[in-house]
Amino acid sequence: MIDPVQPPRRKNPLLRTRLPASPPRPRSRTSHGFTRAAAEGRFVLQRCEACGAFAYPAREACPACLSAGLSFVDAPRRGVLLAETTARVPSDVYFRERAPWRIGLVKMDCGPTMVAHLHADCVEGAPIVMSFQLDKSGQAVAFARPEEETPNMADDRQWREMTADPKFRRVLVTNGRSVIGQEAVAALKAAGAKTVFVGVAEPWRPFAGEQLLRGQQGIEVVTLDVSDEKSAADLAADIGGKVDILVNTTEYVRPGGLLDRRGTSIARDEIDQAYLGFINLAQAFGPAMRMRGADGVSSSAAWVNILSVHALANWPAFGAYSASQAACLSLSHCLRAELRPGGVKVMNLFTGPVDTEWFQTVPPPKVAPRAVAQAIVSALRGGLEEIYVGDVAEEIRQRLAANPKALERELDK
Amino acid sequence: MTNSLRTPYDGIVMAAPVTIPYARYSIESAQWWIGRALSALVARAGIRVSDIDGLCVSSFTMGNDSGIGLTQHFGLCVRWLDTIPLGGASAIAALRKAARAVQAHDADIVACVAGDTNHVDSFRQTLESFSRFNQDAVYPYGAGGANASFALIARNYMRTFGVTREDVGKIAVAQRANALRNPHALMKTPLTIEQYLAARPISDPIHLFDCVMPCAGAEAFLVMRDETAASLGLPAARLLSTIERHNAFADDPMQVRGGWAMDVGELYAMAGVKPDDLDIVQTYDDYPVITMMQFEDLGFCNKGEGAAFVRQHDLTIDGDFPHNTSGGQLSAGQAGAAGAYLGLVEGLRQVLGEAGPTQVKNAKLGLAAGFGMINYDRGLASGAAIFAGPAR
Ligand SMILES: [Zn+2]
Repeated sequence: MIDPVQPPRRKNPLLRTRLPASPPRPRSRTSHGFTRAAAEGRFVLQRCEACGAFAYPAREACPACLSAGLSFVDAPRRGVLLAETTARVPSDVYFRERAPWRIGLVKMDCGPTMVAHLHADCVEGAPIVMSFQLDKSGQAVAFARPEEETPNMADDRQWREMTADPKFRRVLVTNGRSVIGQEAVAALKAAGAKTVFVGVAEPWRPFAGEQLLRGQQGIEVVTLDVSDEKSAADLAADIGGKVDILVNTTEYVRPGGLLDRRGTSIARDEIDQAYLGFINLAQAFGPAMRMRGADGVSSSAAWVNILSVHALANWPAFGAYSASQAACLSLSHCLRAELRPGGVKVMNLFTGPVDTEWFQTVPPPKVAPRAVAQAIVSALRGGLEEIYVGDVAEEIRQRLAANPKALERELDK
Repeated sequence: MTNSLRTPYDGIVMAAPVTIPYARYSIESAQWWIGRALSALVARAGIRVSDIDGLCVSSFTMGNDSGIGLTQHFGLCVRWLDTIPLGGASAIAALRKAARAVQAHDADIVACVAGDTNHVDSFRQTLESFSRFNQDAVYPYGAGGANASFALIARNYMRTFGVTREDVGKIAVAQRANALRNPHALMKTPLTIEQYLAARPISDPIHLFDCVMPCAGAEAFLVMRDETAASLGLPAARLLSTIERHNAFADDPMQVRGGWAMDVGELYAMAGVKPDDLDIVQTYDDYPVITMMQFEDLGFCNKGEGAAFVRQHDLTIDGDFPHNTSGGQLSAGQAGAAGAYLGLVEGLRQVLGEAGPTQVKNAKLGLAAGFGMINYDRGLASGAAIFAGPAR
């Protein structure tokens, strides 16, 4: 059993702030099959198409029959811990700073043996459940947890290195005027966030749901207009060193594509809010987050974007909006690379049309804002990188993987 | 398929065992150390450099060089060349290849040499590029440096067979006693079992005195036919038998035995000797628990009886089972790939009666073993050789 994680104490300014370090990052190209799965929270292993044998580590030929037909497939997660060790003086700098560090060798029920990071409650000879997690280098690593739920399970020190659990962390939700923003604030509070800063542009203008944010314990309304560089910079000067998780809930949805619009004024607004807003936020808050990626229990941990799934495949009915989302998606990959040295994760939640006013004319199914908020929390707790929220998003993911051209034709209707 | 009958070694000998004294750290390159070893070989054997017509090299730290680069570097013109990257199994593998080369007259005198340097940061750099499976599935767990990987093997082995730290420690303590008689050993202070047990943990159950000390150094010997040795007037040890095996027992979920166990019958049959006949034994001791495994897999006792064997025997130079007489890698130091050669070279000195302060009385028949390449979860390579001095 492990002790519950304690809220961070007031920082002693004389003590060294632990600087971020990266666990070993090199991987073979094939091994990124695990990275891909870990990003979505899936557990895969290579399986031979010819003889059915599972294999690990990543290989180019089946060790049972030499077939080259090895594909990454969802695999059974159960195994038994054969042996464990606690590394006390690892040669690697990242692990040395976090020693003692516990790892083990697991025999998977489906065949392979895996070296894995261990949850503190894993016991030799007992069953475990395996997952791939993204570590502070952004690469996939195997992580074994006990098969049964144990007390304070999510507070495990090594598990917390793999995740961005909002518990005891301070979060900035960038847009408190939106329903998604308000739901996100509530969900993050419920998940144990210490403080939720919530950005509101022109805060003197009243808005629906305002009473949910004002005067609440642990919620601070702050002035933020993401499309205004100075506004973002001013807020960062005030709270930038206290933002452990940033949830970018900026939304600016307008229907229409190219030929039925006149001029570029709507497109400019879309770019200003979504794309330039993203840049303003990144430049204001990114550097401090990258610095604080290893700063104790409540280090900076994650940046969350909420994107339309049509960032991945243009939906002509909302064609220009789709393009602004695609631009943000591309930018998120840049941000991920730039935050990576700090061990800060960049998570993208892809949603279909959300049940809000701008999608009123779109037929169901639509995503409830509360479902988006819950997905944010579970993505943070699981340390994921790519999350598809709702049926539309999940379907588009699958159709895109199956045949992007078919999807393009079918979105045109 | 069963193995076909192997051609026996016919008049194959090893001569001129040389050790370039180790240094904890060195600003010299691996090539420098290998050069010193080749020079010592030539001087020791009383031959000219041009008499060497075969070369076999092992090193972790010679950068982009392989054997071919070294031929030009050292002014060697050879007609047989090999580079063996088998870590702790390199010496046995080199000996096997060289023996067949001289037996077939592809070469007359093969220099087998291993050397590595140890810069302040080179050990870590070596680790970072060891193998793909390590890169993908071991290093990301903080397990670089093999301590954690061997800790898992040791823990499982010790639990499975009821082995205690005292049992394992007895091996390390005996080797330290041997090392105190070896002026070139890096460890120069006595080690008691109490000190062994009280040492700081590195990666449980591996503690400080279970670990070798990386260092710089080189080891070498010559392989030739007996008539060549005779014509040079060189004392030489006859090669009686060898075995080599890679990726054995892949279905064992964890390593409790090495490849020796597959071939040990052949090892003694080919030599025409029994384990009891051996006067000295040099195991590959990257961790003492691996030595204990070798006592079992090389036929000195049954599987699971390694701890009892260690309790019942005195492993020091003057004991009833002289073992790792120079102190082994645990106490002499691990000079990279030269660590693979350390036991064999010391074993040759023993049966040639040239071991000086570590000499075992009347040592005539010796065994040296190699083990290496922890590519993922186990050591993949194993080998052993039995050899006899001129007195036998
Ligand atoms: Zn197969």
